[in-house]
Order: sequence, then C-alpha cells, then structure tokens
Amino acid sequence: MSTSVHATTELDAEREPAGRSSLGEFWLTFRKDRLALGGFVVLVALAAFALAGKGFTEWWILFDPASVRLSDRLLPPLSQVSAIVPADQRPAFDIYLLGTDELGRDVFARMLQGSFVSLSIGFVAVGIAMTIGVVLGGISGYYGEARFLGLNIDNLIMRFTDVMLCFPTFFLILTVVALLPPSIYNIMIVIGLTGWMATARFVRAEFLSLKEQDFVLAAKAMGLPERRIIFFHMLPNALAPVLVTATVSVATAILTESALSFLGFGVQPPDATWGNILSDGKNFIFDAPWLFFIPGSAILVVVLAFNLVGEGMRESLNPKLRRR
Amino acid sequence: MGQFILKNLLQRLALLVVVSVIAHAVVHIAPGEPSEVDPTNPRMKPEDVAKIRAAFHLDEPLHRQYVYWMRDLVSGDLRSFKDGQPVLPKIWRRFLNSLPLFIAATLLIWTLSFPAGIHAAIRRGSAFDRASTFVAYALISIPGFFFAYLLILSVVNAFSVPVVGMRTFGMEDAPLAFRAMDRLWHLTLPAMISAFSGVALLSRYVRSQMIEVISNDYVRTARAKGLEEETVIYRHALRNALLPFVTMFGLMLPGLIGGSVIIEQIFAWPGIGRLGYEAILARDFPLILTINFFAAALTLAGTFLSDVLYAVVDPRVRLGA
Repeated sequence: MSTSVHATTELDAEREPAGRSSLGEFWLTFRKDRLALGGFVVLVALAAFALAGKGFTEWWILFDPASVRLSDRLLPPLSQVSAIVPADQRPAFDIYLLGTDELGRDVFARMLQGSFVSLSIGFVAVGIAMTIGVVLGGISGYYGEARFLGLNIDNLIMRFTDVMLCFPTFFLILTVVALLPPSIYNIMIVIGLTGWMATARFVRAEFLSLKEQDFVLAAKAMGLPERRIIFFHMLPNALAPVLVTATVSVATAILTESALSFLGFGVQPPDATWGNILSDGKNFIFDAPWLFFIPGSAILVVVLAFNLVGEGMRESLNPKLRRR
Repeated sequence: MGQFILKNLLQRLALLVVVSVIAHAVVHIAPGEPSEVDPTNPRMKPEDVAKIRAAFHLDEPLHRQYVYWMRDLVSGDLRSFKDGQPVLPKIWRRFLNSLPLFIAATLLIWTLSFPAGIHAAIRRGSAFDRASTFVAYALISIPGFFFAYLLILSVVNAFSVPVVGMRTFGMEDAPLAFRAMDRLWHLTLPAMISAFSGVALLSRYVRSQMIEVISNDYVRTARAKGLEEETVIYRHALRNALLPFVTMFGLMLPGLIGGSVIIEQIFAWPGIGRLGYEAILARDFPLILTINFFAAALTLAGTFLSDVLYAVVDPRVRLGA
C-alpha cells in the first residue's frame, strides 16, 4: 500500500500499455487489498473443503455424516471413539475432530457434507438470479424500443422489476418455502427468483450505454449477426459488475438459507447444511457449545470472505479508484 | 411539481394493485391450503374439508377470491381464517408493538453510522478506517440468530437481566420507574441486533460519500482560504455529502414490516413479523396477504417519499421535467 508500489505499477502500465491484459491489471489492483486477498485465500480453501466434502462423504466414504452412534453422543472435539462402536461406524483415525452431536454423528463429517450443500445452494440460487437479471436487463436495454402486444418492452420489463422490488423479500421467500413441500431445490429456486432485480436494472443501464458506443456501431456496420454483437461484443463489457454482485449475493444466499433453517424451513434432514447444523446446535448451546460455535463461526468466516472479495473486486474494477 | 406528484402516485397505486394480484396468485396457487393444515386428523372427513373450503370461498375461481379479499379489506371486515378475528385490528396491535423496536433501531443506525463513517473518511487508510471496514463487513456477514444468541448469553451472564419478550411477567404492579427500566432492557438487545447490519451498511455509505465530496475542488478552495479543518469538513463538505441520505430515510420504511421476522422470533417479541410467521404456519391466507399488501404499500410510500424529499432538498433536481 506504499506510494512506491503505486508509482512502479503505474510506470509499468504506461511503458507497456498493450502488454498487460485487463485481467492482469485487475489482479494487480486486487492483490494490494489485503482484506480481499485474505478473503480470496479463504474461498479457495473453502472450495477445496467443499470438493473434499463431496468426495469423502459420498463417493469414497472416509467420513460418514449419517451414521448414528448412541454410545458417543455429545462428545467434545478431538475426543476418542468409544470401544463399543463397531468397526464400520468408526470415524477416520478413531477421533471425532469436531466432536459429535446429539445422535452421535460426527460433526466434522457433517460439516464436510454441509459445505458442499451450502455452497451449491448459494451458487445455484445466484446462478438463477444472475441469468434472469442479465437476460431481462439485456433485452430491456437492447430491444427496449420494440413492442410486444402494443406495449414498449423496456417499459414492461422495468415495471415488472418494480413490482418484484415491492415484495418484502424474506417474507416472500418464507411464504413460498413454507407452502411448498420442503426440498433443497425449492429453496434454491425461490432464493434465485427473488434476487435478480438489481442485476436486471444495472445490466439494462450498461446495455443502453454500450449500444451507443462506436465499437458496437462498427460491429453493426460490418454486418455481424445480432447475437454475435450481443454475446461476444456487448455482454463481456457488461459482465464485471454482474460478477461483483454475484459474489456478494452468494454470501446473502448462504445467510438466507441459515435464517430459513432457524425458522425450520431450511434444508431438511438427513441432508446437512451449515445453516441447519447451526440451527440444531442452538438447542445444545450449554451442553455442547461446539455444536453451535463451530458452524456459526464457519458461516461467519465464509460469508465474510465472499463479502470482502466482492468489495475488493468492486474497487479493482472501478477505473476511477484504480487511477488514484 | 403537483402534476409530477399526482402522476407518480397514480403509477404507484397501479403497481400496488399488480403486486397484490401477484401475491394473491402465488399464495393461492402454491400447494397447501388452510383445510390441509392437519391432514392426519382422522376426524376430518372429505365433507368437512369441503365445508371449510366453501366457508373460506376456497372452492371458487381465483379472480373471485381476489375480489372477495379486496372487498373485505377495503370495507374492513376481513377476518382471519384461523380464529375469525378481524385482520386489521390484529395487525394494528402488532404494529404498535413493532414500532418501538423500529424507532429504537433507526435511532441507533443514524446516530452511530454518521460519526463512524465521517471519521473513517477523514482519516482514510488509518487504523480506525481499516478496523471499521473490517468490523462493518463482519457485522453484515454474521448470521443474525447466531449473533443474537451470543449477545443474549453475554448480557444475561454479565447483567443478569431478563431480555426475552417485551416485559417481565409479574412486573405489572411495580412502580413506573421499574417498569420503564424493564421495558428498556427488553428493548435494548433486539433493537441493537436490528440495527447492526444497518449501521454497517450506512457507515460504509457515509464514508464513500464523504470521500467523494472531500476530493471536490470547492473543498480544496475552502482549505486554501485558510479555513479551519473543522469548518471545512462540517460546514462545507458534510452538507453536500448529506444529500443522498435524505432518500435513505424513505428507503428504510419497509423495514417496519419485512426485516424483523427472525429477531422477533428469537426474542419472542409480539410484533408484526412474528404475526406474519404465525400466519404462514397456519396458512392464514387473509393475514399473509394483508401483511404483504401493507409491506408493499410501505415500500412504495418509501420510494415515493425519497423521490420527493430529494427534489425538495437538492435544487439541482427538477421534478416533472
């Protein structure tokens, strides 16, 4: 963060303007933000943990999240497995790394399994939200003047966005999730369907301004097909803010899932998510505090990492800030 | 100006109608009816279910049901499916309970985030700035109920005061001062927890707004004139940085209903969010829809208020242009 670093990078950039890709330039700014870099490291570790979780709890069962051992209930972290547990139910290395819960299930195995489920809820929900946002925003910005049933398309889509913004989001999610049969897919879809409005708005704004720029005019003059112009020339230029929003939204989705779990409408057992491990753990806050503090701190760290990375990306992508 | 306001109001009214139609459709089309709350009850024969459905107009087409709902809502004799009580007084009573929570949280948000944000902006890059940035993100990132439990544990351990509910049982005959103190203690934690994420977001916003204003030329001019730093910051810079926050006031209005389900559930606070949650559990359609309707109305009123206020405060904005 010292001024000398600033000076050298700026000099470098001036000396070889074509030599550095925009991604490289982004990375240079991003890595100077220590908080964001820390968040990034956490996220990489998390991705590894989640993949390991998928692998070790489903394909090659090294840690079994589902096996119930009534002799080993509510054991603190790092305790040994008791002698009467049969060999096929013993945890790896005969140690409960993070203790056991009220049914004697291995908390570490459940956290492993839950990391993948929690993350996939976040990513799928955000994937849905961003797709809807980009498609609606893009149509609204690019084909805005066209008419559909005599109505201006831009107007139609944007008024619909306004309508969706009027709903109290969490209350709406809660209503729908409570009425629908509980399933992990319903939760993903509902969170996704209620989270696209901001994206649609700024993608529309982005497309409106891109449409007037010379390179798009040039592409049109060259007679490129419309879908090529939209997907290869305009969309990549509008994608940076979408990525930032997506990163922050994953964090929000994970929090929403844990809030739903708290109210009893989250992912149902036996599937573990960090949210429902935490919400089950709150009943044992005095007898087995690790059941509460481990998933709680895990969610805090991961959500914080997503938020910090998102903010770091926002700052690095902002040319105004970059020049300072 | 008048024409703008009128046009804007009409537009919002139309939006509100569309919102209510969609909400009505979503709630009714989603599976799960009031008659199915207790499907395992062996005493419920198909005739009984049919009777219940007929009593609540659930056997009629959707648009008719919408008209019934709207008619009853406007005439004020909309009744809850669950207990037959009129819906509007029910909501009003819970609203009065939620109001102190909302006011206390709003006061906390506005009084804490401005000093924090301004201070961080003036000493950009200082230890305070970096620490407050980190704390702000941590506060946004912590699951609300996890944090609430931590706070409840520490407050109950440290001060041994009861914090759950709106008041302590058996305090009704205590002198006024004790009762007031008791109410205040019960209000403190839920208000703090509702305020935390707001403080974090708003102080970040104040900071970035302030940084932008401070780098303006007129601030440099003020400094060059030899004004004291205090005057430059608080008399010249702050005034312009404050402008966008007028709009935030309106945007916080919907928090009155939407943002409090979890907190009211944790603290057993008989507020409007909890009423909505109970209504959802009981599939009490009139109550769910009416709460949702008011929440949407508050959102629209909030954005309307912020548009108008912005035009009033900032002479550069012209309405109806």
